[in-house]
Amino acid sequence: MIADSQPSSSMEPVNRLVVLPFRKALEIAFKSIQVRFFRSLITTLSLILAVAFLSFVNVGTDVADGMLAADQPHLRQVLIQAGYDIGAEDTSVASTAKQRWIVILSLLVCVVGIVNAQLMAVTERFREIGTMKCLGALDRFVLRLFVLEAGMQGLAGGTVGALAGALFSLINSTLGFGWLALSHVSWPEVALSVIASIGVGFLLSLLGVLYPAALAARMQPVEAMRVEQ
Amino acid sequence: MNQNSNHNIVRVTDVTKTFQLGKLEVQALKGIDLEIPVGYYISIMGPSGSGKSTLFNMIGGLDKPTTGRVFIDEVDIAQLDAFELAWLRCRKIGYIFQTFNLIQVMTALENVTLPMTFAGMSGDDSTQKGLELLKLVGLEDRHQHKPSELSGGQQQRVAVARALANDPAIILADEPTGNLDLTTGEEIINLLKTLSRERQVTIISATHDFKMLNVSDQVVWIRDGRIDKIENRDELSISIGKIDLKE
Repeated sequence: MIADSQPSSSMEPVNRLVVLPFRKALEIAFKSIQVRFFRSLITTLSLILAVAFLSFVNVGTDVADGMLAADQPHLRQVLIQAGYDIGAEDTSVASTAKQRWIVILSLLVCVVGIVNAQLMAVTERFREIGTMKCLGALDRFVLRLFVLEAGMQGLAGGTVGALAGALFSLINSTLGFGWLALSHVSWPEVALSVIASIGVGFLLSLLGVLYPAALAARMQPVEAMRVEQ
Repeated sequence: MNQNSNHNIVRVTDVTKTFQLGKLEVQALKGIDLEIPVGYYISIMGPSGSGKSTLFNMIGGLDKPTTGRVFIDEVDIAQLDAFELAWLRCRKIGYIFQTFNLIQVMTALENVTLPMTFAGMSGDDSTQKGLELLKLVGLEDRHQHKPSELSGGQQQRVAVARALANDPAIILADEPTGNLDLTTGEEIINLLKTLSRERQVTIISATHDFKMLNVSDQVVWIRDGRIDKIENRDELSISIGKIDLKE
């Protein structure tokens, strides 16, 4: 037990004594998501959808690339019939400008959605944050908790979204081009697309939480004393 | 704990606090001098708007004075940076709130051990101490319960245990009985009184609750941003009599 009875007029040696170990922070953040599962789910849902769309488009391109790389004229014809814009010399299917725009827009909408949801979450948790600060939490503890939570949501949402998007894309290609399409797919490319989509989801989630988390971290502990909820 | 009767745990000298409300300047505190000795049970009484809460937040290191100085354990809080203030809140002061303010997503035990985690205590030690503290407030068998599964009085007991987590020198209680019924409130008051006597913890509470006066060593009456009067316990019974007569 701590015998800290001396009136300590010297504050120097205590400088490092307010701590939040990373594992503990991880545990708190995880529990926080677990307890507010439904709330987190809604925050994550927009991310899942946007990442799924990104993954869908990328994997679709991978499939078409595979078919093109097989170097069979009738496959090239099938692709052109399906609406891909392929020149005689092209060896890969570039996603069209329109497609890229739609993907970027969907990701933007997703970030705005996350910021909105996280701002709500911060407001709901004002008292909890203020209380933690009264118990000795530093600004960076609060920031860390929110960023960790968002990181976990980003990873989970990104993974679910990327896998779902890839799966739908493969099903869609199979329905459109037949089983032949799958036999030419370069699986490492597909895996790369999925991983990239997860990464994008993770980054977007962090991007979305930065401002709300900074807002939470700057909050004064005196807020915890306020009686109105 | 150091039993030095001359030692003032809190010293407030000539403190004023001005708030800016739009273009209007409101002076919440108009020069307060106050000394609180170690181990005392102090009640700060006053109508709402009297500056009671402002003074209270100042003593708790939650707010800084516009002019004047606040010393906690002989340390001027205006001189502290964010890190040191956090340390002070963590180790020197325990807070009890009117609305309990337990962290809803954590169990009773986790709520009690959180300040110990901040103070750098290891998991096993803090769990053991947390259980001891919950036992002290009579809730050892409910340590796995979430706040939402506890009654108001039980939540406030957990809050008391949490306030004691790092053996603070001061416990600040803001209307600790405000959201409790009569008997539960009395239980909390008695608990605080016992703690102040047995552990030599200084207890400072802001309150409207006349039940609190019976156990207070000293009552500070605030009116209109100034100290109206300070009464010791022996003078107190008379004025309580008066109050009772009026009602």
